[in-house]
Amino acid sequence: MEVKIPEVKQSWPNPINTVKIGATKEEGGTRTSTVTVGGETTLPFYHFEGAIPHPPVVAMEVWDIPGEEWPEAVKEPFAEVMHDPGEWARKCVEEYGAELICLRLKGCDPNGANKSPKEAAQAARRVLESVGVPLIIWGCGNDEKDNEVFPLVAEAVAGENCLLGTITEDNYKTLTALCTAYKHKLIAESPVDINIAKQVNILALDAGFRLEDIVIFPSTGALGYGLEYIYSIMERTRIAGLKGDKVMAMPILCDIGIEVWGVKEAKAEVPEWGDPKKRGPLWEATTAYVYLLAGADILIMRHPEAVRATKAVIRQLMGERGGEGR
Amino acid sequence: MKKLTGIDIYKLLPKTNCGDCRFPTCMAFAMQVAAKKVALEQCPHASAEAKAALGEAQAPPMRTVRIGTGEKELVLGGETVLFHHEEKFHHPTGLAVKVQAGLSDEELDRRVEKINGLRFVRVGQEIGVDLVAVEHQAQGSDGNRYAAAVERVKGRTKLPLVLLCPDPKALAPALEAVAEGRSLIWAATPENWEEMSALAAKYKVPLAVRAPTLEGLVELVERVKGKGVEDLVLDPGGKGLLENLTRLVLIRRLALEKTFRPLGYPTMVFTNSNSPMEEAAEATAYICKYGSLVVLNRAESWQLLPLLTVRQNIYTDPQVPNAIEPKLYEVGAPNEESPVLVTTNFALTYFTVEGEVENSKVPAYIAVVNTEGLGVLNAYADDKFTAERIIKAVKEYGAMEKVRHKKLIIPGLVAVLKMEIQEETGWEVIVGPEDAAGIPAFLRNEWSPN
Repeated sequence: MEVKIPEVKQSWPNPINTVKIGATKEEGGTRTSTVTVGGETTLPFYHFEGAIPHPPVVAMEVWDIPGEEWPEAVKEPFAEVMHDPGEWARKCVEEYGAELICLRLKGCDPNGANKSPKEAAQAARRVLESVGVPLIIWGCGNDEKDNEVFPLVAEAVAGENCLLGTITEDNYKTLTALCTAYKHKLIAESPVDINIAKQVNILALDAGFRLEDIVIFPSTGALGYGLEYIYSIMERTRIAGLKGDKVMAMPILCDIGIEVWGVKEAKAEVPEWGDPKKRGPLWEATTAYVYLLAGADILIMRHPEAVRATKAVIRQLMGERGGEGR
Repeated sequence: MKKLTGIDIYKLLPKTNCGDCRFPTCMAFAMQVAAKKVALEQCPHASAEAKAALGEAQAPPMRTVRIGTGEKELVLGGETVLFHHEEKFHHPTGLAVKVQAGLSDEELDRRVEKINGLRFVRVGQEIGVDLVAVEHQAQGSDGNRYAAAVERVKGRTKLPLVLLCPDPKALAPALEAVAEGRSLIWAATPENWEEMSALAAKYKVPLAVRAPTLEGLVELVERVKGKGVEDLVLDPGGKGLLENLTRLVLIRRLALEKTFRPLGYPTMVFTNSNSPMEEAAEATAYICKYGSLVVLNRAESWQLLPLLTVRQNIYTDPQVPNAIEPKLYEVGAPNEESPVLVTTNFALTYFTVEGEVENSKVPAYIAVVNTEGLGVLNAYADDKFTAERIIKAVKEYGAMEKVRHKKLIIPGLVAVLKMEIQEETGWEVIVGPEDAAGIPAFLRNEWSPN
């Protein structure tokens, strides 16, 4: 019997933007490795019909103050190094294979440690000097304070081609100008809303920023906590980008760790839910898996076990042999 | 498969323009049938021949297949879209857990008991494992062991079974033993398909079909259909995560975009990693991308809870905010000393708040305001969670008449509403925690009716 299967491969007219983070010595920075994301010409892992030139990457999260509020399970691996963002970052890279470090300037929060812009800049320098991987630097979330902190931070890491964030619909001017001046890449944040995602990109564009230097952050929800809405928005965004909408054709970032380690399924002792030591990392990894299938290019994560598993799964999804191990 | 046009259908009709179909002419009716807006059955005079010719063309692009009977019956397939922003997904991926027929009776009982217990309540929904898959082991077991194990499992679970037994000789007595259960049998292969099809036809059970390539699968499906077996489930038979994912995508696209009948069936796929973290990745990928049934190796609750949650999330329609009825809810047995909390009718918010109030062991009233399914911050931003709406709801529910104090606890995220509600009503408004996780400590340490 001769079998004829109709052709269902699709060709998508517009590749997702390619964004490079980090700069080596030759490129004016000091990084020993750089990370490139994006460039897909099809949906996530549809290798049969298009190119996925750059695998998704895993960044690990480091704070400028000890993560006192981190749940025990995810604090324990870093207990010895949390006092120093440099040591903390080094452990993430050398022991757990982080491809980038996300330095979250939590200590700058005026309702918390209220660290100064100068201290934030020092923390960023400290991380740069301790590791060779590229850096994501994330503000404390207080707009006013972030706008005081970023001028010094962006300058302190000038030439390193960092990814800085976030800009929002209501607060984009300062950071956008800084990223233009010091040649950093930018994270555009939107609250689970595809129209606002588009709008923030347009605002940055109107402020003179290149769309090709933006990574979008559509918000992240932990597994079980609104993830389906973000999953759907990511799919729609990616499809729109591939079909040719230039303000939607950006790589996508998911901030996994901070969300997952806030929910009780990841940390609570509930006997009928099974061993929390295993459940927590699995909750984080599973959240990451779902977002990978929706189109995530950069995942920010916390637990070493979840990071290891996610990297192994990415290798499988990229068609490389041997999932286990590093 | 050629799609029938209005003209093709018209040729099969009586051409009498009798109007019994409630369309003025046979041609008008034919056009509606072609557009799948009405069914051919609406013409009382259509010949059997016309019905047969149209039957296949009219069938939905992916067949719906039922496994098991009664309240635990599982419905697979019948999907109509590739992405859930187009329309919702219809039938959540079934999750099966394997047990080996070669286990001792005690061990078998223990495993089945464990699978039965894998049920949880999330967001007001019970979620759990759907099927037990009994695996035949060719070596080291006598001829009747498989049937005996299947019968034993059947006696210890209400869940439908998947009989993983490609050996028709061992399968026949097992099917005889659980004849009424409408178990799914796995699988017809290029080697055994004639006998497997005969068993599926004889016992009227759904049949899985498995071949090493998609072309092989198409060929096999045609053969099995030729034997009169229609309730099929496709096993893409890939080696590992990426190959299975690719084939599941191709099958779904062929079924829906090309109405390619040989692949217009639900799918089933097996995880095969030895690492629990990677097995979760396989299952997650298959739940997200078009697996109708996933067979798992492991059954620890810490492994199943995240997977069942993935399924619940992926099969929630993101177009429809998940809302609950706005009214006054009671947690525990509240009395006139109990606190009154306000929240939104977004299901996730409500059930999170309800869960934490339960944890606090403080009985309470929860006044749920109609925010049209939006959570606290979104509803506030959208003017659906305003002082006015909160006051109206609390008054309408008579919440303040049920308690002797006049205190109302509002979410910390809308602390700004405190003064307005207070001035408007004279109630004492207390700002609760920003995060529901803070509710137990708040109610235990800070709440007092006095």
